[in-house]
Amino acid sequence: MANAATVVVAKGRGRDGGRRLVPVLGRLALLPVVVAVLWGLWEGYKWLWETTGWTEPFVVDDRTLPHLHTVVSTLFDPTHEDGPLLLTVLLEAAAFTAREAIVGFALGASLGFLLGAAIARSRVLQRGMMPYVVASQTVPILAIGPIVVIGLGSRGVEDWVSVSVIAAYLTFFPVTINTVRGLHSADPRALELMHSYAAGEWSTLRRLRVPSALPYLFAAFKVSATASIVGAIVGEFSSSIQEGLGGAILVYSQEYTFRPQFLWATNIVAALLGIAFFVAVAVAEKLVVRRAPEQLA
Amino acid sequence: MTAESVVSITKLAKVFGKGGVAALEGIDLEVLRGGFVSLIGPSGCGKSTLLRIVGDIIEPTSGEVIVNGKPARRARLDRDYGIVFQAPVLYDWRTVAKNIALPLEMLGWDRRKRADRIKEMLDLVELTGFEKLHPWQLSGGMQQRVSIARALSFSPALLLMDEPFGALDEMTRERLNGELLRIWTETHSTIIFVTHSITEAVFLSTRVAVMSPRPGRITAVVDVDLPQPRTFETRESPRFFELVTEVRERLHASGAHEVVEEVIAGPAEELA
Amino acid sequence: MTAPAERLPRRTSLQRAGRRLREWLPAAVVFGLGIVAWQWILPDLLHIERFLLPRFSAVMSTFWTERGDLWSAGWFTFKEALGGWVIGCAAASLFALVLARWRPLGSALIPYAIAANAVPIVAFAPITNNWFGLLSPVSKMVIAGVLCFFPVMVNALRGLTSVQPASLELMRSYAASERETFRRVRIPTSLPFLFTALKLTTVLAMIGAIVGDYFGGSTEALGIQIRAKVGVSDYEYSWAAIIVASLIGIAFYGAVAIVERLVLSWHPSVRRRSD
Repeated sequence: MANAATVVVAKGRGRDGGRRLVPVLGRLALLPVVVAVLWGLWEGYKWLWETTGWTEPFVVDDRTLPHLHTVVSTLFDPTHEDGPLLLTVLLEAAAFTAREAIVGFALGASLGFLLGAAIARSRVLQRGMMPYVVASQTVPILAIGPIVVIGLGSRGVEDWVSVSVIAAYLTFFPVTINTVRGLHSADPRALELMHSYAAGEWSTLRRLRVPSALPYLFAAFKVSATASIVGAIVGEFSSSIQEGLGGAILVYSQEYTFRPQFLWATNIVAALLGIAFFVAVAVAEKLVVRRAPEQLA
Repeated sequence: MTAESVVSITKLAKVFGKGGVAALEGIDLEVLRGGFVSLIGPSGCGKSTLLRIVGDIIEPTSGEVIVNGKPARRARLDRDYGIVFQAPVLYDWRTVAKNIALPLEMLGWDRRKRADRIKEMLDLVELTGFEKLHPWQLSGGMQQRVSIARALSFSPALLLMDEPFGALDEMTRERLNGELLRIWTETHSTIIFVTHSITEAVFLSTRVAVMSPRPGRITAVVDVDLPQPRTFETRESPRFFELVTEVRERLHASGAHEVVEEVIAGPAEELA
Repeated sequence: MTAPAERLPRRTSLQRAGRRLREWLPAAVVFGLGIVAWQWILPDLLHIERFLLPRFSAVMSTFWTERGDLWSAGWFTFKEALGGWVIGCAAASLFALVLARWRPLGSALIPYAIAANAVPIVAFAPITNNWFGLLSPVSKMVIAGVLCFFPVMVNALRGLTSVQPASLELMRSYAASERETFRRVRIPTSLPFLFTALKLTTVLAMIGAIVGDYFGGSTEALGIQIRAKVGVSDYEYSWAAIIVASLIGIAFYGAVAIVERLVLSWHPSVRRRSD
């Protein structure tokens, strides 16, 4: 059936053909530009506020907003006399936090998927559990954190594992929600086809529902990747763990007045970790989900 | 030709992309006032593109399009035509009445005038009593009727229709064909109608323009001399079958049966 | 004249009430089971210590006796969250409108906005405290606001750009200006997307406020109180405060959900539920 979309799509070179390649290359090429722009904005803001002496929204000086290059160069300073470089310390901390986040993500995603699958299967379970699943996220993990760590610790669980549990708490929710939506999103006609093959429940789940749910799952994974990092860091706060990024933030925030760059550097490393996790999931999605990309008009 | 011409297309060509695909070539067509002209051809022949060029939604690569005595762009800016697509394109957040009122609001009509006109239009498409409903509460055929009412609400000289009944079942289609003819005579409009149904084209039109596969050319124009008003009996008359056969033969002559399916390469981005 | 294709069946109010009851029954049962577990199973059968989870009745009695302090602390924290939420969502909507208007910029920046959303903003709390002062609510609002910004912006932008091409062609046939197209088509289309993000970010805003408080703030704040009371072994109070935080979060979410139902009465997701 001829319609505007079919007509307008030209099997063309030139402008239309080139259009498809541009987004990918363009996005990569844009990265240094974006970094440069952000750098410029930072330094520009600092320069402007310092020259004019404005105090709103906050006073700008080398303590509240250090030069970006100072922060970056601080990474290569030792943390204390004859000590390791800040960069080393932070990378180790990041690895520690990453482990908690990955374990938490795996735990939360699996539980979330199972819970979501159970809820998708049973109307009663959905009505019974959903309100609490949603409400669970309103409980402040910062408050629950110490309780989880102490409670599990008294039963012989290592601290970092408890933090993983906290990370899992933030991770399971998006996965549960999207699993329910995803498993329900199978095309009714495809379901009928399965039925006509006398396919069992399990077979239908495997061959139809789960593949249909994948886009939704990956959307949730992207959110959960971030949530697992946040959960790990907040978990570290509440359990006063020293080794991870959360611990570093706690320590360096106390030292903020005399070496603010350390906290800023920690934040940058934490930001990069968060982005790295997210990109990892996005790449996995591209590999696993072979489907038409979302169309934006 | 003379002042009676509503749409005059001369040597129109359209090429997509630099050095890309020629969608249309050497199109010459004249549509007189009060006429009902169908464009028929195989998938990808450019009939929808041609319609959109007349409406200045797409720009031609070369050639001239005069609508209502003005260049197509001027005609669009002066709102000289209404358009109906295959999808009703109604807005869920507006009631039926407000959907019809959309162009009127944009033209700055006052509330009183709008209300009167909405009533008239609902009457015209036989949907009186449905003002307060929302599009999702209507069937496909009814939604298209609202779409037609909206297109005619500001009494344009010209109505462009792009396979408006393509998504409907055969029986609804035939019924709406009859209604469209009634609306056409009552409003004295001029209609350009894109379709790929031969029977629909013959039933509705005064003239049928047959197009070739890409690059689209008008290979024949068949005058449909069936008497008005046309009814269900018309569909069963011998002359009807003769004309359908003639159009079909012209289509085959233009190479229509050799069209191969194409794979859609990417999203439609021309307008986005 | 033909009748409308769908006629929504009219139910008697008794039937509707009965349906409502049946819908909420499973959740009520789970709630009951939860209370039973909290009161008896956890402390007595599983020997969960008081410093982990005091008995339900103990927490409830503290909840009652300290309700004044608890609610004012809750209200204080809520104001921080609300302020951040309003600022973050408003800024995000504005940005989304700008980016949708100037498309090439918008589609180029979206991946970066999505990536920026992956940055753990909570790590910034000590820095904003330094900027605005420990006691100032602004430092917490900034955290809450930034947490809300990206999800709202990404969703709003997606909504503004998810218009059917045919709809844009229709607007072009009306010789509509960009502004009119935005007003009449893009913005209404984006509302469902926007509200999804608005609901989601209520939770984020509360998190931001409480975490912001963790690094120091007025003793009025819930976060501070939870910490302080644990420090003096008043676990019942801590848990009561946790419940207050949760209730406020639920109420916040619920309020936005109600507004959504009113504004989006025409949307399929709302329609289906009202059947």
